Amino acid sequence: MRKFWLSLLLLLGSLGLAQSGRLEIFSWWAGDEGPALQALIDLYKKRYPGVEVINATVTGGAGVNAKAVLKTRMLGGNPPDSFQVHAGQELIGTWVVADRMEDLTPLFRQEGWLDKFPKGLLDLLSYKGKIYSVPVNIHRSNVMWYVPARLREWGVQPPKTWNEFLTACQTLKAKGLEAPLALGENWTQQHLWESVALGVLGAADYANLWAGKLRFTDPKAVAVWNTFGRVLDCANKDAAGLSWQQAVDRVLEGKAAFNIMGDWAAGYMTTTKGLKPGEGFGWAPAPSTAGVFMMLSDSFGLPKGARNRTNALNWLRLLGSKEGQDTFNPLKGSIAARTDSDPSKYNAYLQAAMRDWKSNRIVGSLVHGAVAPESFMSQFGTVMEIYLSGRNAQAAANAAQAIANQVRLGQ
Amino acid sequence: MTRFFRKKDNFYGFLVILPSLVLLGVFVYGFILQTFLTSLTDWGRDPAQALSANPQIRFIGFENYRELFTGFVDARFRQDLANLFFFTVFFLIGCLGLGLALAIALDRGPRGEGFFRTVFLFPMALSFIVTGTIWRWMLQPEGGVNQLPTLVGLPKGDFAWLTSREQVWRFSWNDLPFFTALVVGLVLAFVAVSAFCGGQGRRGVVAAISAALVLLWGFTLGRSLQPLPYDEYHGFNLALIGIILAAVWQMSGYTMALYLAGLRGIPEELREAARVDGASEWQLYRYVIFPLLAPITLSAMIILGHISLKIFDLVFAMAGPDNAPTDVPALLMYITTFRANQIAKGAAIGIILLVMVALVIVPYLYRQLRSEVRR
Repeated sequence: MRKFWLSLLLLLGSLGLAQSGRLEIFSWWAGDEGPALQALIDLYKKRYPGVEVINATVTGGAGVNAKAVLKTRMLGGNPPDSFQVHAGQELIGTWVVADRMEDLTPLFRQEGWLDKFPKGLLDLLSYKGKIYSVPVNIHRSNVMWYVPARLREWGVQPPKTWNEFLTACQTLKAKGLEAPLALGENWTQQHLWESVALGVLGAADYANLWAGKLRFTDPKAVAVWNTFGRVLDCANKDAAGLSWQQAVDRVLEGKAAFNIMGDWAAGYMTTTKGLKPGEGFGWAPAPSTAGVFMMLSDSFGLPKGARNRTNALNWLRLLGSKEGQDTFNPLKGSIAARTDSDPSKYNAYLQAAMRDWKSNRIVGSLVHGAVAPESFMSQFGTVMEIYLSGRNAQAAANAAQAIANQVRLGQ
Repeated sequence: MTRFFRKKDNFYGFLVILPSLVLLGVFVYGFILQTFLTSLTDWGRDPAQALSANPQIRFIGFENYRELFTGFVDARFRQDLANLFFFTVFFLIGCLGLGLALAIALDRGPRGEGFFRTVFLFPMALSFIVTGTIWRWMLQPEGGVNQLPTLVGLPKGDFAWLTSREQVWRFSWNDLPFFTALVVGLVLAFVAVSAFCGGQGRRGVVAAISAALVLLWGFTLGRSLQPLPYDEYHGFNLALIGIILAAVWQMSGYTMALYLAGLRGIPEELREAARVDGASEWQLYRYVIFPLLAPITLSAMIILGHISLKIFDLVFAMAGPDNAPTDVPALLMYITTFRANQIAKGAAIGIILLVMVALVIVPYLYRQLRSEVRR
């Protein structure tokens, strides 16, 4: 009887092999980002013509809906073959610590990727010495955007430090600009916070904060909140009702002078608004963060129990390859994670970003999932509320530390 | 029990409802029980265990509940409770008031009554998501309602409908035990007085004694009972006004329909009798019609009350899940469970919501059932 079951199992197994011409990719790349993903899929089909690719996209910016769907699928024992996730702690703190992902270090060795990606990036992707996802693209988070012609009109230089920024803010306010800094909804406020934190703490202490070596209640970290509060005083009061695009629009319309946003804003201004990088809009590192590249990255991992493991590995191989990255990124409006990609395929802003990517010190973004697990990020919104309702730096710092303790940040 | 089944009809009847009993038992009560048990654990505190295949979960009793009400990090939940309270009060007042006004207007039989009835009832056909999306557009800071004054030449409004951070009627969370005792005590005192007036002496004495005890506790121990070591202020967020507006717009048609049915059910003879007795129009409503509408008001309050306690989709569509000034416990439960992976704490919020809804619904169901049995 036992033999019968065994042979039945083998038979089913071989049936599974016979069906292995499939690959299910789970992502939240729809809309503007759809074509970039499609280009990758086309490339994959060219290389592996026998494989049927299922593009399981769940719409919703930054994966708000996709992540909930993914959780149900993973908990229900039906993982996709490969899924998109922000590289770093968002993957590690949620799925790797729960022992649900496969170690990809052998793949990185096999393909010789260990010296193709910068070390700072590999550190963010690793947990206990093993690498868990293949980064497809790199976005920069700490960028300040402005319109050069308008700044000349107002007689203001792009500020290099947060102190200069606050001075410029006063000057602009004196000239009748109500809110020199354009700010959008909730997460863009946290986005601003991480740039302030990086500027006030410096790269080393910023990294220490997420490694659990610098406490949020340390006077240095509390000072971040004080500066943040003064920067907020320069921003528009109706922030919570604006999307990030609307906040960028305020700068383009001249209702505000600056906006701190990731470099997808460059994609928005060049593609949707038809502006020329360097003329229609200008950029600089967020104040006090020159020489540091705060990155975030979309990556793909391999969940344990994926049905078409071989096909998924081939997919990951393609994503990490030079050809794959240079196919995807010019369309997506981001730069390649590899340091050896071909600059001629990218526009002026992206070429500048590529130079910085190779030379700058790399740190990870908080809001975009690189340095803190989901459980921390989600509750950081509460910390922000505690600060915004009372403007009490110490209270916010205490709350942040309490949450960090609870989710064992950096351990 | 056996005697009940000896009757053949009873037995067949039981067989017929058995499947639904089993399904209900598993998928409603079983899952409620499971949620409650989950809320007593630490599932999700350790990120390594939150989503693992075989999570290790420890029993920690009512710790999650204690944290929600008195913990340092969960201030947002307490503000959400305050939001929910103010939302419910204004939503009920708005729906009942507007619904009654519309019903009275329509009851007087204006021309095109059927048309207006449809128009007023129409919003109810929409889902809260649709209502929310439309109202979000109208309440944009730069457009919609804020542009209305410009139509008549006035400067445009600048009220931040959904994004205001202003708060009024602030109270400290630490005063809550005292005020709860005060309210409960006053209600009991009212019960006592009405019992004495109604000639129910014993009931009145019991109520009076409990009222005195509760008030005594409130003024002595309740004053010094401080759930938090510091004062934490909560109040009515003005951003909620936008949400209340949309919710009232959606549901007042429903109360209008209820009241209209009630008004039509009042026999014309009653009104005529009152008029013959020399009642003015106002007195007619005050002493004849409104008392007859009281049961309808009660049912409407129950239905609207539980809708408002569960409200989720409207807020999600109008202000998004992350806008704290308009946050409500149901949204927080979603974020806590499915984003922060704090599964046990999310379950605890769910149970608190269930208890609140039950407090509204159960007395009503109990009364309904009793009156049906009597019949």
